[in-house]
Amino acid sequence: MNSYLAYFTALLLIIMGIYAVIFKRNLIKIVIGVSLMESGVNLFLVALGYRQGGIAPIYTMAPRGHQMVLPTPQALTLTSIVIGLATTALMLTLSILLYKHYKTLDPTKIRGLMK
Amino acid sequence: MKSDMSTIVKTVTDFLFGFIIIFGIYIIIHGHLTPGGGFQGGAVVASGFALLFVAFARTFLDKKPQQLYGLFESVGLLIFISLAFLGIYRTFFYNFLANSGGLFGMKITQGINPGYFNTAGVVPLMNMAVGFEVACGLSLIVYLLYRGVIEEGEDGE
Amino acid sequence: MNIIDHAPALLVAIPLFTAFLYQFIYYITHKNIRYLATVALGINWILGISMAFHVFSSGPISYVFGASSPGLSLPSGYHFPIRIIFEADGMSAFMALIGTTVSFVGALYSESFAKRYSELSKYFSLLLLLTAGLLGMVLTGDLFNFFVFFEITSLASVTLAAYRTYRKESVEAGFKYMLISTVSSLLILVAVGILYGEYGALNIAKVASMIQYTLLDKVALALFVTSLAMKAGSVPMHFWTPDTYGEAPAPITAMLVSASQASLYGLFRVVFTLYGLKISTLTVGWIIIILGVLSMFIGVTMAIIQKDIKRLMAYHAISQTGYMLLGVGVGLATFGTDAFLKYGFTAMKGGIYHIINHAFYKGLLFLTAGAIFYRTKTRNLNEMGGLAHTMKYTTIFFMIGAAAIAGLPPFNGFASKLLIYESVFKFNPVLSIIAMMVSILTLASFVKVFYSAFLGPKRIKDGKEFKEVPPNMVIAMGILALLIVIFGIFPGFVINNIVEPTARALSSPLLYISTILGKM
Repeated sequence: MNSYLAYFTALLLIIMGIYAVIFKRNLIKIVIGVSLMESGVNLFLVALGYRQGGIAPIYTMAPRGHQMVLPTPQALTLTSIVIGLATTALMLTLSILLYKHYKTLDPTKIRGLMK
Repeated sequence: MKSDMSTIVKTVTDFLFGFIIIFGIYIIIHGHLTPGGGFQGGAVVASGFALLFVAFARTFLDKKPQQLYGLFESVGLLIFISLAFLGIYRTFFYNFLANSGGLFGMKITQGINPGYFNTAGVVPLMNMAVGFEVACGLSLIVYLLYRGVIEEGEDGE
Repeated sequence: MNIIDHAPALLVAIPLFTAFLYQFIYYITHKNIRYLATVALGINWILGISMAFHVFSSGPISYVFGASSPGLSLPSGYHFPIRIIFEADGMSAFMALIGTTVSFVGALYSESFAKRYSELSKYFSLLLLLTAGLLGMVLTGDLFNFFVFFEITSLASVTLAAYRTYRKESVEAGFKYMLISTVSSLLILVAVGILYGEYGALNIAKVASMIQYTLLDKVALALFVTSLAMKAGSVPMHFWTPDTYGEAPAPITAMLVSASQASLYGLFRVVFTLYGLKISTLTVGWIIIILGVLSMFIGVTMAIIQKDIKRLMAYHAISQTGYMLLGVGVGLATFGTDAFLKYGFTAMKGGIYHIINHAFYKGLLFLTAGAIFYRTKTRNLNEMGGLAHTMKYTTIFFMIGAAAIAGLPPFNGFASKLLIYESVFKFNPVLSIIAMMVSILTLASFVKVFYSAFLGPKRIKDGKEFKEVPPNMVIAMGILALLIVIFGIFPGFVINNIVEPTARALSSPLLYISTILGKM
């Protein structure tokens, strides 16, 4: 049960993120929701590579009896964090611009395209 | 809002800024040996700059550093992709310095060892290029967002 | 190794290098060099064409980054593919051919069209990044890399769609597109994580050779199909398409069509290659067919009532995506049965032929819409009229594009639609009839556009007539128009030499797998 806890947490984070994206009426909160989803996915990836009692994957030839955690998911997570940074920065920039144009952050009032 | 913060913040920033930058550079150049690397170290350096912007808003927001940041960012990116191109006589991204005996060319010791700095070929060089790029790019992002928000505040008032 | 062996890497590396070079030059000299992107993408175009013909004639190319073999052998004899690879089989080369062509045309067109934009070097940098992203998506042989290039494409295209930040609608469309792209890319990442957790590999060929089609695999498949269909602009999640296509600058819209098709490529790659050995073809095939038919019908019915020329074309883009999904979906539904050889393969050929045709004629139509906007400064059909008097080339190009999208002979849309009608009729006559009806409605809608934009008395704005657009915009449109005519007059040649190798590559997952695993 304990070993599945990380997956449940990841799932919970993703669902919370999706909830925020769909139901929150504030652009900043929507961006936070996307960030939550990203964190959930990152946690999921790291949890995939975790091995009970594993050590850091830093040996070229590991000594016998030592199990290492998988390095690949960690590399994937790092890449995904980097991309997440760019995504968040871009979304915040767009939110600032939208606020400048519409003077509101409520997505239901930002309806320039729905003429 | 476009003013400096209190003396306490400014003094602490004065004191910490150097250490933050040094720590970031340490992470960048040891990227091939320890956890970390270009992006993480660059982010640490950029956080130092972010601290500077917040503490000394009046001084820095008028300096308009985007020219310098942009230039260094593009230099870092160009170095990175040029290093990848240099290996094209074998394949793109070929590590032509590894195990060659020269710069970063020491052969990697098998088994348990303390980690030798002069190894891994082009990887540390690429780490440095990426670190440079991320430090400048991230500082640029922080600077522009901060300035955008402050200008918005001034418009509203 | 000669240059063709390096082509998969160079196709991505050249745009990336040029994109960074642009920023460097700009910060050193403060000049915006407009032709640099066109030159770089022109080289890319030649490389793309030569790689495509090499692949069609002598089989897939695989390219390993940083080493000669995709795998790593341990002293114990354990062997596993760990390296980042690019694999250009028929389908990838075909999509790269489309991507390089459209990006070159987009850059050439932008030289004049984007002249008045501020920070022009950033515009071209982003355009080059978009090209690198979409070419990387179609060439990569690695699941995680696919996600990375997917994100590069999204970020670049969002920034370009919202490039005119002084227009509030552009920013709004950009935010919408960003949200869709980010959510779909995160879903893809979850699916990739599931597959990695099960099989311990990220290499598409390796995972495909081990796939079991367990419950977790089905979850991953559902995530892949949902997110990629969402990003390709298929119906249940199509609402971003008209906004983004409508608000992006015209050359970018033409490239966004290709970017959406790269997502479509991802969808086909997942169902045919990644899951191709074990997938329940009939179920997934029917899901794709239903998505296709809905896209076709809803897209065209929404298009008829539009007044904004670019939104109208964007709804048609949804409807045309439906044809591709229908053709390839019928191929998948019959995959592995006798019917596949009788008509399923023809349907697939039709769907694939439609991809390249759509990229060209829809690109051309968006470029003509851009040309109209460039002169008249409006996108509202009711405020146009009489453009045929002065903008002769644009009129001719629009007629070619409109005839091609409506499926009139002798243009290329007719050739691919005929293949789809014939083969789908044997599969299920109702689907074929719907497809024909949609085609007629498309024709009606474009007749309306032609009538209200080009015919009628000459209009004069501010005491000036609307002149023809600058020469490089005309040349850019001319290239696409020429390709449309060639693809329409010699359909037999194109089908035998381009479309058939592509369809065969897509329908033979074992070839894709053995290209990588056999090399180890």
